[in-house]
Amino acid sequence: MPQKNSVVTEQEVLFKKREPVYNRSVKGTFRSIKTSILILAYSVYFLLPFLRWERVGDVSDQAVLFDIVGRKFYLFDLVIYAQDIFWLAGFLIIAAMLLFFVTGIAGRIFCGYFCFQTLWTDMVMMIEHWVQGDRNARIKLAKQPWNKEKVLKLGITYSLFFVLAFLTSLSFVLYWGDAFELTQQIFTATAPTPAYVTITILTISTYVMAVFAREQVCHFICPYARFQSVMFDQDTVIVAYDEQRGEGIKGRHKPLKEYKTREERQQQGVGDCIDCGLCVQVCPVGIDIRDGLQLECIHCALCIDACNNMMDKIGYPKGLIRYSSENELLGEKQTNPWLKGKSLAYASVIIITIAALVWSVWSREPFEVVITQVRQPLYVVLSNGDVQNNYEVKFTNKSKKEAEYQLTLDNFPDAMLDMGEFKTIVLPPEKSVLVRLHIHINPELVNTEKQKIVFLVKNIRAENESIRVFNYFILPPHVFKE
Amino acid sequence: MKNETKQVETTGHVWDEDLQEYNNPLPRWWLWTFYITIIFAVSYWFMYPTFPMGDGFTRGMATITYTNAKGETKTVPWNTRNLLVQEMNESSSAVKQKEFLDKIGKMDYSAIANDKDLDGFVNSLGKALFSDNCAACHQQGGAGIVGLYPNLVDDDWLWGGSFANIEHTIREGRYGFMPGFSKVLDDKQIDDLATYVLSLSGEKGDEKQVQSGKTLFHSDTAACYYCHTEKATGLFSQGSANLTDQVWTIANISLNTDAATKKAEVKKVITQGVSRHMPTWKDRLSDTDIKLLTVYVHDLGGGK
Repeated sequence: MPQKNSVVTEQEVLFKKREPVYNRSVKGTFRSIKTSILILAYSVYFLLPFLRWERVGDVSDQAVLFDIVGRKFYLFDLVIYAQDIFWLAGFLIIAAMLLFFVTGIAGRIFCGYFCFQTLWTDMVMMIEHWVQGDRNARIKLAKQPWNKEKVLKLGITYSLFFVLAFLTSLSFVLYWGDAFELTQQIFTATAPTPAYVTITILTISTYVMAVFAREQVCHFICPYARFQSVMFDQDTVIVAYDEQRGEGIKGRHKPLKEYKTREERQQQGVGDCIDCGLCVQVCPVGIDIRDGLQLECIHCALCIDACNNMMDKIGYPKGLIRYSSENELLGEKQTNPWLKGKSLAYASVIIITIAALVWSVWSREPFEVVITQVRQPLYVVLSNGDVQNNYEVKFTNKSKKEAEYQLTLDNFPDAMLDMGEFKTIVLPPEKSVLVRLHIHINPELVNTEKQKIVFLVKNIRAENESIRVFNYFILPPHVFKE
Repeated sequence: MKNETKQVETTGHVWDEDLQEYNNPLPRWWLWTFYITIIFAVSYWFMYPTFPMGDGFTRGMATITYTNAKGETKTVPWNTRNLLVQEMNESSSAVKQKEFLDKIGKMDYSAIANDKDLDGFVNSLGKALFSDNCAACHQQGGAGIVGLYPNLVDDDWLWGGSFANIEHTIREGRYGFMPGFSKVLDDKQIDDLATYVLSLSGEKGDEKQVQSGKTLFHSDTAACYYCHTEKATGLFSQGSANLTDQVWTIANISLNTDAATKKAEVKKVITQGVSRHMPTWKDRLSDTDIKLLTVYVHDLGGGK
């Protein structure tokens, strides 16, 4: 009979379990800057869809609207059409280069203050703080058994997290339709399915990323956190612990007996760091800045606030932890990071791209005409011996006024142009229309099989609004055999 | 990283004195996913078409309800074919298309031709209808095939190029016929006639032959003028060709065909005659479809 048995084995742990970060809240300059940016970013993100903007004609009055069905993006006074999508490339180049430029000079400013992962994690931690209290209270709550208080507090916290995640996804969706109408539709279950799908997915992802993953996104997921170290150099501004000052000769020491005053400490060869641990407790990513420059550090500068507060309290000079650079800490010669080759290169790319983008937006034609030749058949012989070609003409009015377009031939004077019943095309703002066009000519008046023709399209309701469009007129090849 | 010491259960079997096997259960997430797929599969059997039964299949309990074009509400078992039917009747694009079609159904031709907002719709749906029903003979762009199917892109119309004429052609079909004259006329007469016919559209020929051909054309022997009229401009009611213009629908003649070939082509038509047939479409297409096609064809080369 087989006997149940057990063997003893050793297993190596490959993954360390996440240790939850219970960060202490802190007051200070950088905390205030972070809070202001958070308030500004949230106000813009959550309120912008509801901002109205006056526009002429039967179009949306929403200031920022990404109208997928109408293939138009409204950005205040600018209306971006599908054809203008290359502007997005320009915008992305500027954004990427700006990020590289800033990182090379000032380090992970983006991570610490502007990244939405940082902002949302910050918000989540604030909610925890409001409901459960500060660090010690939260640690105590986590350790205590599941009693009424714990259930209530955690329940409220996680419900608020859900509200935050839901509002985030809802606001995102509101950019893609009329905000007021869509909000109403969403809560009366009459909104389009994609709205609900998007809300569901984004609520879940926001919840997972901001509530559960938090700093792990920066540690394990974010590619930017990894590759920006290649943009750092010895002069890049970083949040750093002044090791020489903090550790002295013998290292840091708690302010116990004989280590109370600064003089005493210096005599003993001990640094200024009193090892209070506040810099570790306030850290939102759960690291110790005194271990040096680390991949995990998002440079949010909260440890600077914490350390400065403590230094003030015990009467030491501020700046034990401060914005510094490797060269400064080591006492080496420093170069102005603004004047480095890479900074200048990034800056010139940014300036060129901005100039090109602004020029492109500024010089956009107020209307667009696309003419395509009908190629089945390429040409046809008419009863009087003329040769006819057919074209499809698409007019798009990109201006804010009603326009009336007149289409003529600029270089082909003998040809007859026939647009059916339409002499001119009247178009309201932001509308487009497709019409068929016939052109015929006596083949004896042409001396090539493929005649380049130039269409001149004028808006006769405005001055100096005209564009030229090229195309070809094809004749039967055998006409020119001799 | 620290090393952890852990006891792992074995299956309890021992071979060769000390050979044992770990009893590692399946991962819980895997097991539960497996159970969920079982539950999903069983409920799927009841909801959707699943098993073959004789010459049919189990239809499942899920249904599709839609309102068809006649306004009847229908509830049918769920399957992809019925899903398509529902989509064709109720999807947002189907509803929008119906709006346009209703509007066009009530408009007359000149109103449709003058409405530039409808032009795009007429062109795209017209093109689809044309491709499905007409392009097999008249070719995709409507250029036809010389000698077989008329060219709809030019401005020459055998049966008339007005909206009314085009609609009648589509609705009722056409039968175009010209007898062959090989038994009535001799070679010399056919040659004279061909010379005359070519002279009508500006081709130079022997003056004697032209005169003799002209007499024949207007005589009761050949009787060409019965259908092609005294002026040889053709009759819409007969579908007879206009012989004075530059467009040739049967004879394979283009702008630079040499004189000998031209004559040979025209003689071939006179000798063999013509018999062409376009079927009727009134039973296959709805009134609105015919209307759309009429506008589309009228638009192709500029109708008259």
